[in-house]
Amino acid sequence: MDDFEPTIIAFVCNWCTYTAADLAGTSRLSYPKNIRLIRVMCTGMVDPQYIIKAFLEGADGVLVSGCHPGDCHYINGNYKARRRVKLLKEILPKFGIDDKRLRLTWIGASDGIMFSEIMRDLVRQIKKIGPNEAKLKMVI
Amino acid sequence: MSATYILSVEKRDVQSALRNFFSSVLRLEDIGSLLVPMHLTANNSVKPVLVSDPGRLEGADPLSPAFPVNSAKIISSLTRKPVGSKIAAVLRPCEIRAFVELVKLKQASADEVVIISIDCLGAYSNIDYKRFVSDKKESSTSMFLEMMLSGEKKAGEERPLSAACRVCEHSIPERADIRIGIVGVNINDQILVQALTPAGEEICRNLGLASGQEPQGRQEAINSIVAQRKTLRDEMFDKTGNATNSIGKLTEYFADCVNCYNCRVACPVCYCRECVFTTDVFNHEPYQYLQWAERKGAVKMPTDTLFYHLTRLAHMSTACVGCGQCSNACPNEIPVMELFRMVAYKTQKAFEYEAGRSPDEPPPLSVFRENEFVEVVGIGE
Repeated sequence: MDDFEPTIIAFVCNWCTYTAADLAGTSRLSYPKNIRLIRVMCTGMVDPQYIIKAFLEGADGVLVSGCHPGDCHYINGNYKARRRVKLLKEILPKFGIDDKRLRLTWIGASDGIMFSEIMRDLVRQIKKIGPNEAKLKMVI
Repeated sequence: MSATYILSVEKRDVQSALRNFFSSVLRLEDIGSLLVPMHLTANNSVKPVLVSDPGRLEGADPLSPAFPVNSAKIISSLTRKPVGSKIAAVLRPCEIRAFVELVKLKQASADEVVIISIDCLGAYSNIDYKRFVSDKKESSTSMFLEMMLSGEKKAGEERPLSAACRVCEHSIPERADIRIGIVGVNINDQILVQALTPAGEEICRNLGLASGQEPQGRQEAINSIVAQRKTLRDEMFDKTGNATNSIGKLTEYFADCVNCYNCRVACPVCYCRECVFTTDVFNHEPYQYLQWAERKGAVKMPTDTLFYHLTRLAHMSTACVGCGQCSNACPNEIPVMELFRMVAYKTQKAFEYEAGRSPDEPPPLSVFRENEFVEVVGIGE
């Protein structure tokens, strides 16, 4: 499994985690190329459908990352995201999608260093879980 | 609150006793109409019928083992706007629970509805009902009652109830205004009428029913049914879980799905006014299909089958009442209900929620709290 390079889709909110990614960049911090960032205005707009689609298309991991509780630019979007992630973490493992493939984190706008560390950690963990079965299957 | 009354049964004819009861309810001043399952035609097809004339109840048969639609949706369209008079609706327990969900989703109103519900003996699938009724016609319901209440099968009648009914632990209605008790009751002699709400109480008083008491043994009979159903339910969960515990197996499970979306149409709690799967979002560009085919070497058509079922699970599993209409509607006999009930049991438990239990519990995904589910946050191992 050494040559396994996972694909990780990260839905990041414009105000916190995306800004942190930006900060990581301007601070010349690096993070693994496995992460595909998708900037959304708020984690509260990440429809469970997006996450299901990502897994069915063969993503090895999905990260939803937004503002810390209380910091949401839209007041409570991150709380809604948390309930939706909880819901999917109940449903997806029933069908063999490891619960740890779906992650939710809060990374604030000033946490550039933390952003790059978490991304590295995430890639390491997903590598350990191995490739998503759906990647090779004819399912969509 | 629960006041018990007795309705006596003449000539061992419980169906007539019920019809007379419904007719007297419909004669009450503030009841404008009655929704009740009724035989429609010579081939004994049963559908919910909205009756306004108390003299037109001759075909009413809520005990018949037919369950072609979940009436929660019908009550939803009947209560979309106030009409100024009350509808008495004779519903199965799963229809009541779906109705409670729709009220919470603001797609139905309980303001002008009086719910009457009978201890549910279950129903056959649409196809089995048709076969069951074909040679028996008029006597079909009384034969069904006899088999179900005595527990003895008639020769040549080994037909099982629909899968959903076999594993349903909610056969005794909890959220009705008036509950009609037949389990653990000698129905050749009398049936129970229980008022569970002030509205139900008022009706029973106005009808001048005789007070009575639950017969001894009714609670025991109920407990034994519930226990048996729960055992069967858990067996079903295990079996379905083993059949679907990987994406590959899930693909096999839905291999016969043709994306007709009948399960969604039949589902009483699939609440979206317009389903995203029938919008332009899923009207993909031709090159998109080619791209998928190229990436994986081959792509099944029509696409988005698992995507559809998983999305539906994410949308409505917390509201699923397990009525089984999804399986009933499937043209290819996919055990849809089994999978949805299994997942629904898990998601509802996760949010300490039970679909249809109470109008006061908000749907899980409509609310949030500040300090909850902290365990889903972070990337700790």
